[in-house]
Amino acid sequence: MTQIILSGVHKRYPGGHEALANISLAIEAGELVFVIGHSGAGKSTLLKLMAAIERPSTGSVIVNGQNIGTLRTRGIPFLRRHLGLVFQDHKLLFDRSVIDNVLLPLDINGFDRREGARRARAALDKVGLLYKEKAQPITLSGGEQQRLCIARAIVHRPAILLADEPTGNLDADYASEIGALFRDFNQVGVTVVLATHDMQLAARLNPRLIEVRAGRLAA
Amino acid sequence: MRRWLAAHWRAFSATVARFTGAPLTSLLNVTVIGTALALPLGFYILLSNLQGLARDYSPQPQVSIFLTADAQSADVQDITRRLKSLPGIAGFRFVPRDQALESLQSRTGLADVIAGLGHNPLPDAFVVNAGRNANALESLRTEFSRWPKVAEVHVDSDWARRLDSLLALGRYAVLMLASALALALIAITFNTIRLQILTQRDEIEVAKLIGATDGYIQRPFLYLGSMIGCAGGAVAWLMVWGALWVFNVQLRPLTELYGIPLTLAHLNSPDSLVTLLFATGLGWFGAWLSVRRHLHSYNPL
Repeated sequence: MTQIILSGVHKRYPGGHEALANISLAIEAGELVFVIGHSGAGKSTLLKLMAAIERPSTGSVIVNGQNIGTLRTRGIPFLRRHLGLVFQDHKLLFDRSVIDNVLLPLDINGFDRREGARRARAALDKVGLLYKEKAQPITLSGGEQQRLCIARAIVHRPAILLADEPTGNLDADYASEIGALFRDFNQVGVTVVLATHDMQLAARLNPRLIEVRAGRLAA
Repeated sequence: MRRWLAAHWRAFSATVARFTGAPLTSLLNVTVIGTALALPLGFYILLSNLQGLARDYSPQPQVSIFLTADAQSADVQDITRRLKSLPGIAGFRFVPRDQALESLQSRTGLADVIAGLGHNPLPDAFVVNAGRNANALESLRTEFSRWPKVAEVHVDSDWARRLDSLLALGRYAVLMLASALALALIAITFNTIRLQILTQRDEIEVAKLIGATDGYIQRPFLYLGSMIGCAGGAVAWLMVWGALWVFNVQLRPLTELYGIPLTLAHLNSPDSLVTLLFATGLGWFGAWLSVRRHLHSYNPL
Protein backbone atom coordinates (compact mmCIF):
# COMPACT_ATOMS: atom_id res chain seq x y z
CA MET A 1 0.00 0.00 0.00
CA THR A 2 1.23 3.46 -0.82
CA GLN A 3 0.92 5.58 2.26
CA ILE A 4 2.31 8.96 1.27
CA ILE A 5 2.07 10.40 -2.24
CA LEU A 6 3.30 13.80 -3.32
CA SER A 7 2.74 14.87 -6.88
CA GLY A 8 3.87 18.13 -8.45
CA VAL A 9 4.13 19.80 -5.06
CA HIS A 10 5.22 23.43 -4.79
CA LYS A 11 5.41 25.33 -1.55
CA ARG A 12 5.77 29.07 -1.64
CA TYR A 13 5.72 31.15 1.51
CA PRO A 14 4.19 34.61 1.62
CA GLY A 15 6.88 36.95 0.36
CA GLY A 16 7.72 34.74 -2.57
CA HIS A 17 10.27 32.38 -1.05
CA GLU A 18 9.89 29.04 -2.77
CA ALA A 19 10.74 26.30 -0.29
CA LEU A 20 9.82 23.34 -2.47
CA ALA A 21 9.43 23.06 -6.22
CA ASN A 22 7.93 20.26 -8.25
CA ILE A 23 8.29 17.44 -5.75
CA SER A 24 6.81 14.08 -6.68
CA LEU A 25 7.41 10.96 -4.63
CA ALA A 26 5.66 7.97 -3.14
CA ILE A 27 6.36 6.17 0.14
CA GLU A 28 5.05 2.66 0.72
CA ALA A 29 3.68 1.42 4.03
CA GLY A 30 6.46 -0.03 6.16
CA GLU A 31 9.28 1.83 4.41
CA LEU A 32 12.19 3.43 6.20
CA VAL A 33 12.95 6.69 4.41
CA PHE A 34 15.57 9.32 5.13
CA VAL A 35 15.11 12.76 3.68
CA ILE A 36 18.61 14.21 3.44
CA GLY A 37 20.07 17.50 2.37
CA HIS A 38 21.68 20.65 3.70
CA SER A 39 20.03 22.97 6.18
CA GLY A 40 17.49 25.10 4.37
CA ALA A 41 17.13 22.64 1.51
CA GLY A 42 13.48 22.06 2.32
CA LYS A 43 13.55 18.84 4.38
CA SER A 44 11.51 20.28 7.21
CA THR A 45 8.98 21.79 4.85
CA LEU A 46 8.55 18.40 3.21
CA LEU A 47 7.81 16.78 6.57
CA LYS A 48 5.50 19.62 7.57
CA LEU A 49 3.48 18.98 4.44
CA MET A 50 3.17 15.31 5.35
CA ALA A 51 2.06 16.21 8.89
CA ALA A 52 -0.50 18.75 7.64
CA ILE A 53 1.36 21.51 9.46
CA GLU A 54 1.63 23.25 6.09
CA ARG A 55 -0.51 22.95 3.00
CA PRO A 56 1.01 22.77 -0.48
CA SER A 57 0.73 25.88 -2.68
CA THR A 58 0.10 23.67 -5.69
CA GLY A 59 0.15 19.93 -6.28
CA SER A 60 -1.27 17.30 -4.00
CA VAL A 61 -0.04 15.65 -0.81
CA ILE A 62 -1.93 12.49 0.06
CA VAL A 63 -1.30 10.88 3.44
CA ASN A 64 -3.21 7.79 4.50
CA GLY A 65 -5.65 8.43 1.67
CA GLN A 66 -6.36 12.01 2.75
CA ASN A 67 -5.52 14.96 0.54
CA ILE A 68 -3.83 17.52 2.77
CA GLY A 69 -4.46 20.34 0.30
CA THR A 70 -8.20 19.97 0.47
CA LEU A 71 -8.61 18.47 3.95
CA ARG A 72 -10.92 20.57 6.10
CA THR A 73 -9.30 22.10 9.16
CA ARG A 74 -11.51 20.11 11.49
CA GLY A 75 -10.36 16.91 9.80
CA ILE A 76 -6.68 17.54 10.53
CA PRO A 77 -6.69 16.29 14.15
CA PHE A 78 -8.04 12.94 13.01
CA LEU A 79 -5.34 12.63 10.35
CA ARG A 80 -2.67 13.48 12.94
CA ARG A 81 -3.82 10.67 15.20
CA HIS A 82 -2.39 8.25 12.64
CA LEU A 83 0.93 10.05 12.79
CA GLY A 84 3.68 10.17 15.34
CA LEU A 85 5.70 13.37 15.26
CA VAL A 86 9.22 13.73 16.61
CA PHE A 87 10.70 17.21 16.74
CA GLN A 88 14.25 18.42 16.89
CA ASP A 89 13.38 20.67 19.83
CA HIS A 90 11.32 17.85 21.44
CA LYS A 91 8.36 20.13 22.29
CA LEU A 92 7.96 18.52 25.70
CA LEU A 93 5.72 20.04 28.33
CA PHE A 94 7.78 21.02 31.33
CA ASP A 95 4.84 21.58 33.65
CA ARG A 96 4.18 17.84 34.01
CA SER A 97 6.00 14.61 34.69
CA VAL A 98 7.58 12.30 32.14
CA ILE A 99 4.66 9.88 32.15
CA ASP A 100 2.10 12.66 31.86
CA ASN A 101 3.86 13.85 28.73
CA VAL A 102 3.46 10.39 27.25
CA LEU A 103 -0.16 10.22 28.37
CA LEU A 104 -1.11 13.35 26.45
CA PRO A 105 -1.73 11.67 23.05
CA LEU A 106 -3.73 8.93 24.77
CA ASP A 107 -5.81 11.53 26.57
CA ILE A 108 -6.48 13.20 23.25
CA ASN A 109 -7.43 9.88 21.72
CA GLY A 110 -9.82 9.24 24.58
CA PHE A 111 -8.18 6.22 26.19
CA ASP A 112 -9.29 5.46 29.70
CA ARG A 113 -6.74 6.20 32.37
CA ARG A 114 -5.75 2.67 33.33
CA GLU A 115 -5.29 1.39 29.80
CA GLY A 116 -3.50 4.65 29.00
CA ALA A 117 -1.08 4.30 31.90
CA ARG A 118 -0.30 0.73 30.84
CA ARG A 119 0.51 1.81 27.31
CA ALA A 120 2.46 4.84 28.44
CA ARG A 121 4.67 2.65 30.63
CA ALA A 122 5.20 0.23 27.75
CA ALA A 123 6.28 3.13 25.53
CA LEU A 124 8.62 4.51 28.19
CA ASP A 125 10.06 1.04 28.70
CA LYS A 126 10.68 0.78 24.96
CA VAL A 127 12.80 3.95 24.96
CA GLY A 128 14.48 3.01 28.25
CA LEU A 129 12.95 5.74 30.40
CA LEU A 130 10.55 3.75 32.54
CA TYR A 131 12.66 4.31 35.64
CA LYS A 132 12.19 8.06 35.18
CA GLU A 133 8.43 8.07 34.72
CA LYS A 134 7.84 10.37 37.71
CA ALA A 135 10.73 12.71 36.89
CA GLN A 136 10.28 16.19 35.46
CA PRO A 137 11.41 16.46 31.81
CA ILE A 138 13.63 19.44 32.64
CA THR A 139 15.88 17.10 34.65
CA LEU A 140 16.50 14.81 31.67
CA SER A 141 19.55 15.00 29.41
CA GLY A 142 19.20 16.00 25.76
CA GLY A 143 19.23 12.39 24.60
CA GLU A 144 16.67 11.40 27.22
CA GLN A 145 14.41 14.27 26.22
CA GLN A 146 14.57 13.12 22.63
CA ARG A 147 13.72 9.55 23.69
CA LEU A 148 10.79 10.91 25.69
CA CYS A 149 9.62 12.77 22.61
CA ILE A 150 9.80 9.48 20.69
CA ALA A 151 7.86 7.65 23.40
CA ARG A 152 5.15 10.29 23.12
CA ALA A 153 5.15 9.93 19.33
CA ILE A 154 4.69 6.15 19.33
CA VAL A 155 2.49 5.58 22.39
CA HIS A 156 -0.76 5.67 20.40
CA ARG A 157 0.74 3.24 17.84
CA PRO A 158 0.68 5.44 14.76
CA ALA A 159 1.02 4.02 11.28
CA ILE A 160 3.50 6.69 10.25
CA LEU A 161 6.36 8.18 12.24
CA LEU A 162 7.66 11.54 11.02
CA ALA A 163 10.87 12.77 12.61
CA ASP A 164 12.51 16.11 11.85
CA GLU A 165 16.22 16.13 12.72
CA PRO A 166 15.71 13.83 15.73
CA THR A 167 19.46 13.59 16.33
CA GLY A 168 20.26 17.19 15.45
CA ASN A 169 21.41 18.25 18.92
CA LEU A 170 22.87 14.94 20.07
CA ASP A 171 26.36 13.51 20.13
CA ALA A 172 27.18 10.37 18.14
CA ASP A 173 26.43 7.80 20.86
CA TYR A 174 23.01 9.17 21.60
CA ALA A 175 22.34 9.55 17.91
CA SER A 176 23.00 5.90 17.21
CA GLU A 177 20.70 4.90 20.11
CA ILE A 178 17.94 7.00 18.63
CA GLY A 179 18.62 5.59 15.17
CA ALA A 180 18.31 2.06 16.53
CA LEU A 181 14.93 2.94 18.03
CA PHE A 182 13.61 4.12 14.67
CA ARG A 183 14.86 0.94 13.03
CA ASP A 184 13.03 -1.11 15.66
CA PHE A 185 9.77 0.66 15.04
CA ASN A 186 10.21 0.26 11.33
CA GLN A 187 10.78 -3.46 11.78
CA VAL A 188 7.38 -3.86 13.44
CA GLY A 189 5.72 -2.28 10.42
CA VAL A 190 5.67 1.46 11.12
CA THR A 191 6.42 3.69 8.16
CA VAL A 192 9.29 5.94 9.23
CA VAL A 193 10.18 9.18 7.45
CA LEU A 194 13.15 10.92 8.99
CA ALA A 195 14.70 14.21 7.92
CA THR A 196 18.38 14.52 8.78
CA HIS A 197 21.72 15.80 7.62
CA ASP A 198 23.49 13.11 9.66
CA MET A 199 25.01 10.88 6.99
CA GLN A 200 26.60 8.55 9.54
CA LEU A 201 23.17 7.68 10.82
CA ALA A 202 21.98 7.07 7.27
CA ALA A 203 24.94 4.84 6.55
CA ARG A 204 24.22 2.68 9.62
CA LEU A 205 20.52 2.09 9.01
CA ASN A 206 20.65 1.64 5.26
CA PRO A 207 17.34 3.34 4.51
CA ARG A 208 15.86 4.54 1.25
CA LEU A 209 17.36 7.98 0.68
CA ILE A 210 15.54 10.97 -0.75
CA GLU A 211 17.82 13.93 -1.26
CA VAL A 212 16.48 17.46 -1.38
CA ARG A 213 18.64 20.16 -2.89
CA ALA A 214 17.44 23.77 -2.89
CA GLY A 215 13.83 22.73 -2.77
CA ARG A 216 14.02 20.10 -5.51
CA LEU A 217 14.56 16.38 -5.49
CA ALA A 218 18.11 15.47 -6.46
CA ALA A 219 18.13 12.89 -9.19
CA MET B 1 -20.84 8.50 25.39
CA ARG B 2 -18.74 7.17 28.26
CA ARG B 3 -15.60 8.37 26.53
CA TRP B 4 -17.14 11.75 26.04
CA LEU B 5 -18.15 11.97 29.69
CA ALA B 6 -14.72 10.80 30.79
CA ALA B 7 -13.08 13.43 28.60
CA HIS B 8 -15.29 16.10 30.13
CA TRP B 9 -14.60 14.88 33.62
CA ARG B 10 -10.89 14.95 32.94
CA ALA B 11 -11.05 18.48 31.55
CA PHE B 12 -13.17 19.52 34.51
CA SER B 13 -10.87 18.08 37.15
CA ALA B 14 -7.83 19.51 35.39
CA THR B 15 -9.54 22.89 35.47
CA VAL B 16 -10.37 22.56 39.16
CA ALA B 17 -6.73 21.72 39.81
CA ARG B 18 -5.63 24.76 37.82
CA PHE B 19 -8.18 26.97 39.56
CA THR B 20 -7.12 25.90 43.06
CA GLY B 21 -3.48 25.67 42.04
CA ALA B 22 -3.27 29.47 41.75
CA PRO B 23 -5.49 30.45 44.66
CA LEU B 24 -4.50 34.12 44.81
CA THR B 25 -5.18 34.79 41.14
CA SER B 26 -8.43 32.87 41.27
CA LEU B 27 -9.50 34.66 44.43
CA LEU B 28 -8.78 38.08 42.94
CA ASN B 29 -10.66 37.28 39.77
CA VAL B 30 -13.62 35.92 41.64
CA THR B 31 -13.72 38.89 44.00
CA VAL B 32 -13.68 41.38 41.15
CA ILE B 33 -16.51 39.56 39.43
CA GLY B 34 -18.37 39.09 42.70
CA THR B 35 -18.22 42.82 43.45
CA ALA B 36 -19.35 43.68 39.95
CA LEU B 37 -22.33 41.37 40.31
CA ALA B 38 -23.15 42.30 43.91
CA LEU B 39 -24.02 45.89 42.94
CA PRO B 40 -26.93 45.21 40.59
CA LEU B 41 -27.97 42.22 42.67
CA GLY B 42 -28.17 44.35 45.81
CA PHE B 43 -30.17 47.05 44.06
CA TYR B 44 -32.47 44.46 42.60
CA ILE B 45 -33.14 42.98 46.03
CA LEU B 46 -33.75 46.41 47.53
CA LEU B 47 -36.20 47.17 44.76
CA SER B 48 -38.12 43.94 45.05
CA ASN B 49 -38.38 44.45 48.80
CA LEU B 50 -39.77 47.95 48.22
CA GLN B 51 -42.15 46.56 45.67
CA GLY B 52 -43.36 43.97 48.13
CA LEU B 53 -43.97 46.71 50.69
CA ALA B 54 -45.85 48.81 48.17
CA ARG B 55 -48.04 45.86 47.27
CA ASP B 56 -48.78 45.10 50.91
CA TYR B 57 -49.88 48.62 51.67
CA SER B 58 -51.95 49.39 48.60
CA PRO B 59 -54.51 46.64 48.09
CA GLN B 60 -57.01 48.31 45.74
CA PRO B 61 -57.53 51.84 44.56
CA GLN B 62 -59.58 53.59 47.17
CA VAL B 63 -61.15 57.02 47.39
CA SER B 64 -61.61 58.62 50.78
CA ILE B 65 -64.29 61.22 51.22
CA PHE B 66 -63.82 63.48 54.22
CA LEU B 67 -66.88 65.40 55.36
CA THR B 68 -66.82 68.85 56.80
CA ALA B 69 -66.66 69.13 60.58
CA ASP B 70 -70.27 70.40 60.77
CA ALA B 71 -71.75 67.44 58.87
CA GLN B 72 -74.78 65.92 60.61
CA SER B 73 -76.09 62.40 60.48
CA ALA B 74 -78.62 63.53 57.86
CA ASP B 75 -75.76 64.54 55.60
CA VAL B 76 -74.16 61.16 56.20
CA GLN B 77 -77.37 59.44 55.17
CA ASP B 78 -77.62 61.65 52.09
CA ILE B 79 -74.16 60.65 50.96
CA THR B 80 -74.83 57.00 51.74
CA ARG B 81 -77.87 57.18 49.46
CA ARG B 82 -75.88 58.86 46.69
CA LEU B 83 -73.13 56.25 46.93
CA LYS B 84 -75.62 53.39 46.80
CA SER B 85 -77.12 54.72 43.61
CA LEU B 86 -73.72 55.30 41.98
CA PRO B 87 -72.79 52.68 39.39
CA GLY B 88 -69.22 51.46 38.94
CA ILE B 89 -68.02 51.28 42.52
CA ALA B 90 -67.21 48.03 44.24
CA GLY B 91 -68.35 49.04 47.69
CA PHE B 92 -67.94 51.59 50.42
CA ARG B 93 -67.91 51.88 54.14
CA PHE B 94 -68.59 54.70 56.55
CA VAL B 95 -65.92 55.53 59.09
CA PRO B 96 -67.40 57.67 61.91
CA ARG B 97 -64.98 60.15 63.43
CA ASP B 98 -64.93 58.35 66.81
CA GLN B 99 -64.01 55.06 65.24
CA ALA B 100 -61.28 56.69 63.20
CA LEU B 101 -59.81 58.16 66.34
CA GLU B 102 -59.89 54.82 68.11
CA SER B 103 -58.14 53.00 65.33
CA LEU B 104 -55.56 55.75 65.06
CA GLN B 105 -54.88 55.41 68.77
CA SER B 106 -54.57 51.67 68.69
CA ARG B 107 -52.60 51.29 65.51
CA THR B 108 -49.93 53.88 65.31
CA GLY B 109 -48.75 54.41 68.82
CA LEU B 110 -49.73 58.08 68.75
CA ALA B 111 -51.96 57.62 71.78
CA ASP B 112 -50.09 60.19 73.86
CA VAL B 113 -50.31 62.86 71.20
CA ILE B 114 -54.00 62.28 70.66
CA ALA B 115 -54.77 62.23 74.35
CA GLY B 116 -53.07 65.61 74.58
CA LEU B 117 -55.39 67.11 71.97
CA GLY B 118 -58.45 67.13 74.19
CA HIS B 119 -60.93 66.85 71.31
CA ASN B 120 -61.30 64.70 68.22
CA PRO B 121 -59.83 66.52 65.22
CA LEU B 122 -60.92 63.86 62.74
CA PRO B 123 -63.90 64.25 60.39
CA ASP B 124 -66.44 61.60 59.42
CA ALA B 125 -65.30 59.78 56.36
CA PHE B 126 -66.36 57.39 53.65
CA VAL B 127 -63.92 54.91 52.16
CA VAL B 128 -65.05 54.03 48.67
CA ASN B 129 -63.61 50.97 47.05
CA ALA B 130 -63.26 51.86 43.38
CA GLY B 131 -62.79 48.29 42.23
CA ARG B 132 -60.15 47.46 39.68
CA ASN B 133 -61.11 50.36 37.48
CA ALA B 134 -58.27 52.71 38.31
CA ASN B 135 -59.09 55.01 35.38
CA ALA B 136 -62.42 55.99 36.87
CA LEU B 137 -60.73 57.37 39.96
CA GLU B 138 -60.41 60.89 38.61
CA SER B 139 -64.06 61.17 37.58
CA LEU B 140 -65.10 59.78 40.96
CA ARG B 141 -62.98 62.38 42.65
CA THR B 142 -64.64 65.27 40.77
CA GLU B 143 -68.07 63.75 41.30
CA PHE B 144 -67.60 63.41 45.05
CA SER B 145 -66.11 66.84 45.54
CA ARG B 146 -69.27 68.35 44.07
CA TRP B 147 -71.46 66.77 46.76
CA PRO B 148 -72.61 68.84 49.74
CA LYS B 149 -70.69 68.76 53.01
CA VAL B 150 -67.69 67.13 51.38
CA ALA B 151 -64.53 68.82 52.58
CA GLU B 152 -61.94 66.83 50.72
CA VAL B 153 -61.56 63.81 48.44
CA HIS B 154 -58.39 61.72 48.55
CA VAL B 155 -57.41 59.14 46.02
CA ASP B 156 -55.43 56.79 48.24
CA SER B 157 -53.64 54.95 45.52
CA ASP B 158 -51.86 58.08 44.36
CA TRP B 159 -48.78 57.45 46.45
CA ALA B 160 -48.74 53.80 45.45
CA ARG B 161 -48.88 54.75 41.81
CA ARG B 162 -46.12 57.24 42.25
CA LEU B 163 -44.05 54.64 44.05
CA ASP B 164 -44.83 52.17 41.29
CA SER B 165 -43.55 54.44 38.58
CA LEU B 166 -40.50 55.23 40.68
CA LEU B 167 -39.89 51.53 41.10
CA ALA B 168 -40.27 51.00 37.37
CA LEU B 169 -37.64 53.66 36.88
CA GLY B 170 -35.48 51.90 39.43
CA ARG B 171 -35.92 48.62 37.60
CA TYR B 172 -34.63 50.23 34.42
CA ALA B 173 -31.68 51.65 36.31
CA VAL B 174 -30.90 48.19 37.72
CA LEU B 175 -31.26 46.66 34.30
CA MET B 176 -28.83 49.17 32.82
CA LEU B 177 -26.38 48.72 35.68
CA ALA B 178 -26.66 44.95 35.35
CA SER B 179 -26.04 45.08 31.61
CA ALA B 180 -22.99 47.29 32.03
CA LEU B 181 -21.56 45.04 34.71
CA ALA B 182 -22.42 41.91 32.76
CA LEU B 183 -20.29 43.34 29.97
CA ALA B 184 -17.57 43.98 32.53
CA LEU B 185 -17.81 40.37 33.67
CA ILE B 186 -17.50 39.13 30.11
CA ALA B 187 -14.50 41.39 29.60
CA ILE B 188 -12.87 40.13 32.79
CA THR B 189 -13.25 36.46 31.88
CA PHE B 190 -12.20 37.25 28.32
CA ASN B 191 -8.95 38.70 29.56
CA THR B 192 -8.38 36.02 32.20
CA ILE B 193 -8.79 33.30 29.62
CA ARG B 194 -6.57 35.18 27.20
CA LEU B 195 -3.77 35.22 29.78
CA GLN B 196 -4.39 31.56 30.54
CA ILE B 197 -4.15 30.72 26.84
CA LEU B 198 -0.88 32.65 26.64
CA THR B 199 0.62 30.75 29.56
CA GLN B 200 -0.51 27.43 28.09
CA ARG B 201 0.64 28.29 24.62
CA ASP B 202 3.14 25.41 24.45
CA GLU B 203 0.61 22.90 25.64
CA ILE B 204 -1.92 24.07 23.06
CA GLU B 205 0.61 23.90 20.27
CA VAL B 206 1.77 20.40 21.21
CA ALA B 207 -1.78 19.15 21.69
CA LYS B 208 -2.69 20.42 18.23
CA LEU B 209 0.34 18.73 16.72
CA ILE B 210 -0.60 15.38 18.17
CA GLY B 211 -4.18 15.40 17.04
CA ALA B 212 -6.23 17.31 19.58
CA THR B 213 -9.50 18.67 18.24
CA ASP B 214 -10.49 22.26 18.90
CA GLY B 215 -13.12 20.92 21.27
CA TYR B 216 -10.49 19.14 23.36
CA ILE B 217 -8.36 22.25 23.56
CA GLN B 218 -11.23 24.64 24.29
CA ARG B 219 -12.90 22.55 26.96
CA PRO B 220 -10.67 23.39 29.96
CA PHE B 221 -10.83 27.10 29.12
CA LEU B 222 -14.60 27.07 28.86
CA TYR B 223 -14.77 25.24 32.17
CA LEU B 224 -12.42 27.77 33.72
CA GLY B 225 -14.54 30.68 32.48
CA SER B 226 -17.74 29.10 33.78
CA MET B 227 -16.09 28.32 37.09
CA ILE B 228 -14.88 31.89 37.53
CA GLY B 229 -18.35 33.17 36.66
CA CYS B 230 -20.09 30.75 39.01
CA ALA B 231 -17.74 31.46 41.89
CA GLY B 232 -18.17 35.19 41.21
CA GLY B 233 -21.93 34.76 41.39
CA ALA B 234 -21.62 32.91 44.69
CA VAL B 235 -19.38 35.66 46.08
CA ALA B 236 -21.91 38.28 44.98
CA TRP B 237 -24.69 36.34 46.67
CA LEU B 238 -22.71 36.14 49.89
CA MET B 239 -21.82 39.82 49.78
CA VAL B 240 -25.45 40.79 49.39
CA TRP B 241 -26.42 38.35 52.11
CA GLY B 242 -23.93 39.97 54.47
CA ALA B 243 -25.07 43.47 53.53
CA LEU B 244 -28.72 42.53 54.13
CA TRP B 245 -27.88 41.04 57.50
CA VAL B 246 -26.21 44.28 58.57
CA PHE B 247 -29.09 46.27 57.11
CA ASN B 248 -31.70 44.28 58.96
CA VAL B 249 -29.87 44.72 62.25
CA GLN B 250 -29.85 48.47 61.60
CA LEU B 251 -33.52 48.41 60.63
CA ARG B 252 -34.66 46.76 63.84
CA PRO B 253 -34.86 49.90 66.03
CA LEU B 254 -36.66 51.62 63.17
CA THR B 255 -39.27 48.90 62.90
CA GLU B 256 -39.81 48.99 66.64
CA LEU B 257 -40.31 52.73 66.43
CA TYR B 258 -42.94 52.57 63.71
CA GLY B 259 -44.49 49.27 64.66
CA ILE B 260 -44.32 47.88 61.13
CA PRO B 261 -42.54 44.57 60.62
CA LEU B 262 -39.84 45.59 58.16
CA THR B 263 -37.07 43.18 57.20
CA LEU B 264 -35.33 42.92 53.87
CA ALA B 265 -35.56 39.47 52.37
CA HIS B 266 -32.76 37.88 50.34
CA LEU B 267 -33.30 36.15 47.02
CA ASN B 268 -35.45 33.05 47.18
CA SER B 269 -33.83 29.84 46.04
CA PRO B 270 -35.06 29.86 42.41
CA ASP B 271 -33.82 33.43 42.01
CA SER B 272 -30.50 32.53 43.63
CA LEU B 273 -30.15 29.63 41.25
CA VAL B 274 -30.91 31.87 38.29
CA THR B 275 -28.29 34.35 39.53
CA LEU B 276 -25.66 31.62 39.75
CA LEU B 277 -26.58 30.22 36.35
CA PHE B 278 -26.51 33.69 34.85
CA ALA B 279 -23.05 34.39 36.27
CA THR B 280 -21.86 30.98 35.07
CA GLY B 281 -23.27 31.64 31.62
CA LEU B 282 -21.58 35.02 31.40
CA GLY B 283 -18.27 33.49 32.43
CA TRP B 284 -18.68 30.79 29.85
CA PHE B 285 -19.52 33.35 27.19
CA GLY B 286 -16.47 35.48 27.99
CA ALA B 287 -14.29 32.39 27.83
CA TRP B 288 -15.89 31.30 24.58
CA LEU B 289 -15.24 34.68 22.96
CA SER B 290 -11.66 34.60 24.17
CA VAL B 291 -11.10 31.06 22.96
CA ARG B 292 -12.60 31.89 19.54
CA ARG B 293 -10.43 34.96 19.31
CA HIS B 294 -7.14 33.55 20.54
CA LEU B 295 -6.98 29.80 20.01
CA HIS B 296 -7.24 29.89 16.28
CA SER B 297 -4.24 32.13 16.00
CA TYR B 298 -2.19 29.17 17.22
CA ASN B 299 -3.31 26.92 14.44
CA PRO B 300 -0.11 25.64 12.86
CA LEU B 301 -1.94 25.66 9.56
